[in-house]
Amino acid sequence: MVVTSSLTPVAEPRPGSARDVRRRGRRRPLVWVALVATAVLFVYPFAWLLSASVKPGDQVFDNALFPQQMVLGNYAEIWRAAPVAAWLVNSVAVSLAAALAATVASSVVSFGFAYFRFPGRNALFGLVLATMMLPGAVTMIPVYLIWNEAGLASTQVPLWAGNLFGSAFYIFLLRQFFLGLPRELFEAARIDGASYWTLFWRIAVPLCKPAMVVTFVFELKASWSDLLKPLIYLRDPALYTLPRGLKALSDQFGQAGEQRWEIVLAGSVLTTLPMIIVFFLAQRHFVDGIATHRRTG
Amino acid sequence: MSAALPPRGARIRKWARGFRRRETLAAYAFLSPWMIGFLLFMLIPMVASFLLSLTDYDALRAPTAVGLANYRQLLEDPDVRKSLTNTLLYALMSVPSTMAVSLGLAALLARAGRRSAGLFRTLFYLPEITPKVAVGVLFLFLFNGQAGLVNEVLGLFGVQGPQWSTDGAWIKPGLVLMNLWSVGSTVVIYLAALKSVPPELYEAAELDGASRWRRFRHITVPMISGALFFTLIVQTIAALQTFDEAYTAFYGNASSAGYSSDAALFYLIYLFQQGFQFLHMGYASAMAWLLFAIIMVITLVQVRLSKRFVYYEGR
Repeated sequence: MVVTSSLTPVAEPRPGSARDVRRRGRRRPLVWVALVATAVLFVYPFAWLLSASVKPGDQVFDNALFPQQMVLGNYAEIWRAAPVAAWLVNSVAVSLAAALAATVASSVVSFGFAYFRFPGRNALFGLVLATMMLPGAVTMIPVYLIWNEAGLASTQVPLWAGNLFGSAFYIFLLRQFFLGLPRELFEAARIDGASYWTLFWRIAVPLCKPAMVVTFVFELKASWSDLLKPLIYLRDPALYTLPRGLKALSDQFGQAGEQRWEIVLAGSVLTTLPMIIVFFLAQRHFVDGIATHRRTG
Repeated sequence: MSAALPPRGARIRKWARGFRRRETLAAYAFLSPWMIGFLLFMLIPMVASFLLSLTDYDALRAPTAVGLANYRQLLEDPDVRKSLTNTLLYALMSVPSTMAVSLGLAALLARAGRRSAGLFRTLFYLPEITPKVAVGVLFLFLFNGQAGLVNEVLGLFGVQGPQWSTDGAWIKPGLVLMNLWSVGSTVVIYLAALKSVPPELYEAAELDGASRWRRFRHITVPMISGALFFTLIVQTIAALQTFDEAYTAFYGNASSAGYSSDAALFYLIYLFQQGFQFLHMGYASAMAWLLFAIIMVITLVQVRLSKRFVYYEGR
């Protein structure tokens, strides 16, 4: 929920006066020093993690940026210690399913709110917004009981299937985009005899692709990182996702366990790295999304 | 022939009504996924949760009605008090520091060139996409009392760092500091807000001789108060539901229960334990409603207070 708010449009800097530019120019070195220093602070933990994950177990805590001795064996070790390959496959499958379901369902629903005029629209939309206020903890137990009743409580289905019904924040977000499309576009197609589904699928969806990609990427990230649902639902370690698996590794090999820290560290890298790669690949779409939002909003 | 047809106006009205009905039908077809989901995963669970909170239920035997006993127990349970205090203290430390650090970083970014601002924004955002489980693991390493990086750096300045991960008094401040790593999205929001402040305001204030502090206090803060308010609410709600990092670092299997610290017992962790580890599902449901009530009250107070401070353009 917090992450998703970064969609707020980023305004172009206004052209400043000549005086303004001169003043800024003078101050810039200090700004740069501060920015570089904070950036180092933000990136260093990643470097530390990556470096420590290839150190021999007894050197994990030496805090050296470059390992004195590099052992890729930690990754072979984790392979033997836990079904990490299965966890990776599970995580990919679950988060893809969650992201796809959330994107498709939320766009269908948000188009319903954006295009149609019908009795009860505002009340229903208010209800959508109101559901964002409800902490997940309130419904956590009954929803578990429902999945349990359906015989799916120990499967991965509850981790993503809830998204098939849309998700309030994305409905809100996508509705904003759909509202930005000129109505004449749809009226013209209606006169040509297009069905409502055609309006949605052939006109609205292609024009709002960037927003849908943003929805997809954000939900992918949210689902990838989730710990609580896998803790509640997954019993069989073969079904674990990476965060749940990392928690298990940290329990088994960490402070209270065998103290084989290098395995926990390798697991942390495996859990973190895929999302970072996705983030860099999807950056263009983030920018697209923000730009589109600005044009329409 | 024309006399056989109803009057024109009525015909149009009838046609329009039919059209509207079809459109209404289509609209509800589009909304149906959400409406089914709302019923199945929101409304029914909410009612069920309330009913469960009036029972003893362990998911094995049928629930037995106990009236308000669970709610009475909430008031007496020392762990509820402990976890609530922990959670509120954490929120009280975490939310303002997150906002302050984010605003500082956003102000820096706003002063950088456009291209470098983009690069740094990306770097600041990276920790945000790191799963919180990994953040919890990193906390145990970086904030380790003996050999952690944080204390090693403090040592360079001659400061003997505390035992962040074992000393109850320092666990929450440590988690707050660790959480400051993930301020990326708040920075992005503030940056956007700062950029939308008209520079003319600053120029005018400068001509009038306003100091840098007064310009910040009387131009920047009011102009970005909408963003400040939004993040205040979102951050508070998130902080009150802290789970992943603390649970990863301090709770889990039976072997870690031995050293797990009371200082990291956050409300959602205790709720999770009650509901899914001890299978006190009725009691956990009552706990969930208490959390809901607390969140509602805090949010309403914030909204009420914000009416005095938030400036909306065009009002």
